[in-house]
Amino acid sequence: MTTPLGYFMGLSAVLFAIGVAGVLIRRNIIVMFMSIELMLNAVNLAFVTIGRRMASMDGQVIVFFVMTVAAAEAAVGLGIIISLFRNRETVNADELNLLRW
Amino acid sequence: MNQDFPALGLILLFPALGVVFNLFCGQRAGRAAVNVAAPGAIFMAFAAALWAFAQLITMPAGAALTFTLGPWIEAGRFHAEMAFRFDALSAVMTLVVSGVGALIHVYSAGYMAEDEDFARYFTYMNLFAFAMLILVLADNLLLMFIGWEGVGLCSYLLIAFWYENPEFAYNGRKAFIVNRVGDAGFILGILTIVGALAQGGVWTLGFAGMRAHAGLLEPVAALAGLLLFVGATGKSAQIPLYVWLPDAMVGPTPVSALIHAATMVTAGVYMIARLNFLYTIGPEALRVVALIGAATSFFAATVAIVQSDIKRVLAYSTISQIGYMMMGVGVGGFAAGIFHLMTHAFFKGLLFLCAGSVIHALGGEQDMNRMGGLRSKVPVTYWTMLCAALALSGVPPFAGFFSKDLILERAYESGHAGLWLMGVITAGLTALYIFRLMFMTFHGEARVAPGKAGHLHEAPGVMTIPLMVLAGLSIIGGWVGLPEGILWGDAFKRFVDPVIGAAPGALMRPAAIGASNLGLSLTLSLIALLAALIGIAIAWIFYVQNPGLAGRLAESVGAVYRVLVRKYYVDELYDLVITRPLLWGSAIVLNRGVDSLLIDGIVDGAGLGVEGGGEGLRKAETGNVRHYAFVYLIGALAVAAYYVYLVVR
Repeated sequence: MTTPLGYFMGLSAVLFAIGVAGVLIRRNIIVMFMSIELMLNAVNLAFVTIGRRMASMDGQVIVFFVMTVAAAEAAVGLGIIISLFRNRETVNADELNLLRW
Repeated sequence: MNQDFPALGLILLFPALGVVFNLFCGQRAGRAAVNVAAPGAIFMAFAAALWAFAQLITMPAGAALTFTLGPWIEAGRFHAEMAFRFDALSAVMTLVVSGVGALIHVYSAGYMAEDEDFARYFTYMNLFAFAMLILVLADNLLLMFIGWEGVGLCSYLLIAFWYENPEFAYNGRKAFIVNRVGDAGFILGILTIVGALAQGGVWTLGFAGMRAHAGLLEPVAALAGLLLFVGATGKSAQIPLYVWLPDAMVGPTPVSALIHAATMVTAGVYMIARLNFLYTIGPEALRVVALIGAATSFFAATVAIVQSDIKRVLAYSTISQIGYMMMGVGVGGFAAGIFHLMTHAFFKGLLFLCAGSVIHALGGEQDMNRMGGLRSKVPVTYWTMLCAALALSGVPPFAGFFSKDLILERAYESGHAGLWLMGVITAGLTALYIFRLMFMTFHGEARVAPGKAGHLHEAPGVMTIPLMVLAGLSIIGGWVGLPEGILWGDAFKRFVDPVIGAAPGALMRPAAIGASNLGLSLTLSLIALLAALIGIAIAWIFYVQNPGLAGRLAESVGAVYRVLVRKYYVDELYDLVITRPLLWGSAIVLNRGVDSLLIDGIVDGAGLGVEGGGEGLRKAETGNVRHYAFVYLIGALAVAAYYVYLVVR
């Protein structure tokens, strides 16, 4: 009758894995940033799923918090990226290694 | 029976004020002020002691004047008070310490007239008198220990008074360290007593309290007595810890007279007499005391015969005479031991002061081979020293005769004929070495170095007057203890015996039972006197009649002579067995091994490890975001794996 729980969780896991791979593999900061958003959304999906399964609103409430934080983070993150690009003329993460030893 | 007598505090107050004055104002106030203030403080203490004494003799036998300054230590149920006690025993000691001390302070004013550091000298001297008076007046074992340590400190400070000379400073340290060894035993003895008393619920170290509960001490009496005696062997220079006293002679001569002859070194004898109730119920310890005392007195007398340094002869003589006192208390003659302590303080203090006068006259010369023929040059010194020498030899009617005799008599009466024989032989040796000293110094031809002969002069009055007073005491000081049955008899014994008699309920010592037998005591006296006269005669033959004889004899028994001159090689033995291994262990094992390798290794290793580790870990900071993310991922996976493991387990 209803879609089995495993589908939702599986989709969430796949999305999360794609996000992780994106962060680790891609060099473009903006793409890495998007991958992080993808991971957040994967987790959101898991929250909503489990929350519904447990007949609780807690999952959805937490998702709202996550989205709020994600929005703020996106604003700050994009601001940093723009500032970086203005200074270094690049969005390649491998070239942005000023904070090493 | 006990009477509160706050004026006892004055006896301690005056020397303390002397210390404060000399320490803070002495150098600025000038020599004249210090020369008045320092001896004056001790004279005032002596006057206060006389006042207390006058009060004491009006009271019944065995009574005591007491003065409690206030509580001192309150630890749980244990308590000790700043309490002082003036009974017959402390009265004798206090009068000797302050009286002889005052005379020696006066003498010091003359002896140190050329020394720039007079304020420091008199500060130490007054501090010594203060500490010694605490020792003899203390009413509990802990307070006594404070005085015990205080006099040890002053002894160290005064031996090393001329500290610019490294050897003198070394000898001061030697005295201090050897005394620490003994004091460790003393502390263990105190702890043993505290432990035994605490078992029975008694939490005090007051002498009266300990005496009243002597039964509780019975199981540990011998052990505690032996441990305390270890402390006494250090302070009173007995075998095996006597080695510091001969070396202590590098201090100023009045110091040798006051600290290392008359008062401090006899503290061990006083301690044993004070704790007589403990030793009476632990007779094994008392037996050891008697044996060590007799052995020390004989051993030191043989060494004294061949020494050529005038002060060293007297130092070994002091060791020998304290051995006598130890033998006296060891055979149960507490009164005899204290009596000899008193007369010894007179004549040995005088001998040292006379030696100081000779050294002073010769501008620092101490070798008797470069003296001789001084009789007419320093007549006062000669005649007073002769009194002291006769007293030391035990020739009647000089003081030493009566006290030495009592000790020998007590040894014989209590069944220690072997110890008695040893004592008689030692008495002969004593007469021999002291008259060897007299003849080498004052008789025969002058062997004074030419540069020093013109300097020869009798000491000023400030030095000779104390000599004369002490000479008077060396003559009459023994008359308070005549043999029973003659005139007033043994007044001294009657005075102190109620205080140092056996504790109630304790074993009666055998010597106290037998009534003195005048005939026996006169026979014993004659034998001892004969030994002394033989000793004097031998000294006369060897050093006056036939001066070359001694040298020829020394050559013919070369091995024996060398052993004696080198003091039985004891210093060398200690050096080999204790000092060298200790220094080796300190330098090689502890310094290079433990300190340099282990401790430094840990400290340096911690620093180097952090530095190296940081250097290595620094490379992990690549600055590349993706590396961080990867490490983060691994960490997250590990945490997740852990939770999965928890679930599936």
